[in-house]
Amino acid sequence: MSGRISRGGKDVTIVVGGQAGQGIQTIEFILTRVLKRSGYHVFATKEYMSRIRGGSNSTLIRVGAKRAPANVDRIDMLIPLDSGALAHLAGRISNKTLIIGEKKTLTTECDCVDIPFTAIAEEAGGKIYANTVAIGVLCGILEADLPVLEGYLKEHFGRKGEEVVARNVKAAEAGYKTGGDMRSSGRVAFSIDKDPQVTEDLLISGAEAVSLGAISGGCRFISSYPMSPGTAILTYLSTHDEKFGIVAEQAEDEIAAVNMAIGASYAGARAMVTTSGGGFALMEEGVSLAGITETPLVIHLGQRPGPATGMATRTEQADLDLALYAGHGEFPRVIYAPGRTEDAFTLTHRAFNVADRYQVPVFVLTDQYFLDSYYSIPSLEADSLINEDYLTETGGDYRRYRLTEDGISPRGIPGFGSGLVAVDSHEHTENGHITEEIDVRNLMMEKRMGKMESIIADSVPPVLMGPEDYRVLVIGWGSNFHIISEAVQLLRKDDIACLHFSQVFPLPPETSGFLDQADVTVVVENNFGGQFARLLRAYGGFEVSHHILQYDGRPFCSELLARKILKIARRQ
Amino acid sequence: MDHKIFDMEDIEITWCPGCGNYPLLDTLKGALAGLELEPRDVVIVSGIGQAAKTPHYLRCNMFNGLHGRAIPLATGVKAANPGLTVLAVGGDGDMYGEGGNHFIHAIRRNPDITNLVHDNMVYGLTKGQASPTSPMGMVTPVQVHGVAHEPINPLALAITLGASFAARAFTGDGEGTTRTIQEAIRHRGYALVDILQPCVTYNRINTYSWFEDNTYHLDGSHDPTDRMEALRAAMNPKKLALGILYQDAGRRTMEDGLALYAESREPLHRRAVDREELVKHIGERK
Repeated sequence: MSGRISRGGKDVTIVVGGQAGQGIQTIEFILTRVLKRSGYHVFATKEYMSRIRGGSNSTLIRVGAKRAPANVDRIDMLIPLDSGALAHLAGRISNKTLIIGEKKTLTTECDCVDIPFTAIAEEAGGKIYANTVAIGVLCGILEADLPVLEGYLKEHFGRKGEEVVARNVKAAEAGYKTGGDMRSSGRVAFSIDKDPQVTEDLLISGAEAVSLGAISGGCRFISSYPMSPGTAILTYLSTHDEKFGIVAEQAEDEIAAVNMAIGASYAGARAMVTTSGGGFALMEEGVSLAGITETPLVIHLGQRPGPATGMATRTEQADLDLALYAGHGEFPRVIYAPGRTEDAFTLTHRAFNVADRYQVPVFVLTDQYFLDSYYSIPSLEADSLINEDYLTETGGDYRRYRLTEDGISPRGIPGFGSGLVAVDSHEHTENGHITEEIDVRNLMMEKRMGKMESIIADSVPPVLMGPEDYRVLVIGWGSNFHIISEAVQLLRKDDIACLHFSQVFPLPPETSGFLDQADVTVVVENNFGGQFARLLRAYGGFEVSHHILQYDGRPFCSELLARKILKIARRQ
Repeated sequence: MDHKIFDMEDIEITWCPGCGNYPLLDTLKGALAGLELEPRDVVIVSGIGQAAKTPHYLRCNMFNGLHGRAIPLATGVKAANPGLTVLAVGGDGDMYGEGGNHFIHAIRRNPDITNLVHDNMVYGLTKGQASPTSPMGMVTPVQVHGVAHEPINPLALAITLGASFAARAFTGDGEGTTRTIQEAIRHRGYALVDILQPCVTYNRINTYSWFEDNTYHLDGSHDPTDRMEALRAAMNPKKLALGILYQDAGRRTMEDGLALYAESREPLHRRAVDREELVKHIGERK
């Protein structure tokens, strides 16, 4: 066996591959929680095909002494549940990859450590427990706490009855022993330090962070039409509608969804929609409606590759232009693109406040990679966040679009106060009624667009990581935060830093200061055209010198990205 | 209550002289006042078209939204504050054409809103093209060889889909229209009132006298709780039935089905985030 691997102190990357329906997700779910509760930092991300059964999918789990929540190409340990996984992942299997599999179930030849998962499972009560054996083996190899594993299985399978729990525990124990034996016999040698503090950490996915941020931000209404990967937020808020007092409605189409949300917002509920590119394309008229009626609206846009249906379950960052230019006419908007789970929570919360503060549509732009990935984080500051209240009790002379210094009119809602609230998709007077008067049109355009000044001053600044006296600046936005930051860390160069934007529009005022300092600027994006680089040029007057673009539907890998950055840095 | 409470001051009405919308505007004001509704408790949502201008001419809360989208917008308003009386108002093109999908699903969803469809069987604002209810053969600037598509039968569609309230009125019959609109507003659930009205500029076929000749009032012998009987009335090949064709007063509304209104009808804007519960909930993710 050539797969003996020994990695000290850092992290191990495990990939489980197989067909949809083989239980990869359950393995990932249980394994990540048990390893985290055993004191390891974990990060998990999945890639899958758009089908319910079959195909070839995989999940990547990084286990480490430090938090390393970035996608990588390398595989330290591979658990193929079928032969298809070996073919699917062939390009990533190296001579350093330890393959642990069951030769009997693998029809292709491979150099793997043969573990009779099925036979061990049958001894524990049935071959259905084979995945639990695999979990046990991995826990044994990685020295996870056996009582933690047993405890978690009881928690996870408890409602299925004592017998199921007992058989799972037995299967896991047998697997754990096998894994332990592999370690003690020297066939595998990992030594990762544990961090007892991690046991109390949270395991939160990007989708959960957006959902929790929405709840924290006071979201009371969500209407959407299912579309991957945006659906996860609708599912989450629907699941917890009673607990948090939320109306969650599946609309007949995205057009209905966005109009319902605008109606709810007009009546005073903090409202959102969640969708992906194709669905959002249908919502565009609604975005424009929110723009002219100055109705607060939060739009979660989970990107996936287009055009059209594109690749439904893959990832891309190619809808920045769509969000930026969505809707006919001109009106102010804000676009956030969180890069860290923690930021997805606080920025989604913030999106609701900002939408209310300026009475504008606010985007939370994520993607499949971000939504489907999760990692251990110490906490989310849910207790200290505030929901700002901007609603006004109307009087008899209330005018919805009263002209003010900063363009923000006190916002009344129907049924709160003695006044009437009239809003119109046409250009309108201060009273909210249709007009074509030149003077009123000019004043209203200037009122709405004038809000941009306050919005810009109220920006979320980009985050700089690495040396402050950098020569090369690697620029990213959205889901690439950790991948870029790890890539730059891997290079260990004192002149390369990275800058991450979680507010991509309007550009924060700090932008030019950061960019002007660099001799070399490299924008890293998951799209073909370099959309953020174009945005920097159009709105910041800044021409970046280099692009690293990827549009294959997969996230970047930090170590491969590092090589590309180094190549550019060396040339310059 | 005097219907003057719903009068708007200093407005210029942009409908053509003789438009069926004028009597309907007065009828609507009278119907609302007759129900003792205060303007501040009424929200009229409309789309785009001549009929959709209605809320600009009537003193109450209003949202003049996008073409075809009054129904989903009104649904959102009602879901956010069930205490409001919410009407979605528009024409046949707005509601049955551009908004056709929303019409179908509003029937399934059954929000407690009233849907008034000013049905003049033609497009007015865009100057005379065929609408989903235009009769076969009608010649227009676009349908130059005559309308070739079967008109939809909104009442039959609503009844077969299980609408909880389906009625038809005619602007030439102010009293009947008032009564029907009031019943529709009183009804708990989605209430469709298809209101026949002439377009004096673009529809030379379906005139006042045509409607007089081609409609009849449902009398006491009609049982509006009998769905098949309602469907027969809706599909009467000779004349268009006026009145409440069908009503199911017992159907659960969308708002009734929302868990958060089970204990209290407190509107959503009055509810604060349960931060303690949220912190506890997040803690469960360990």
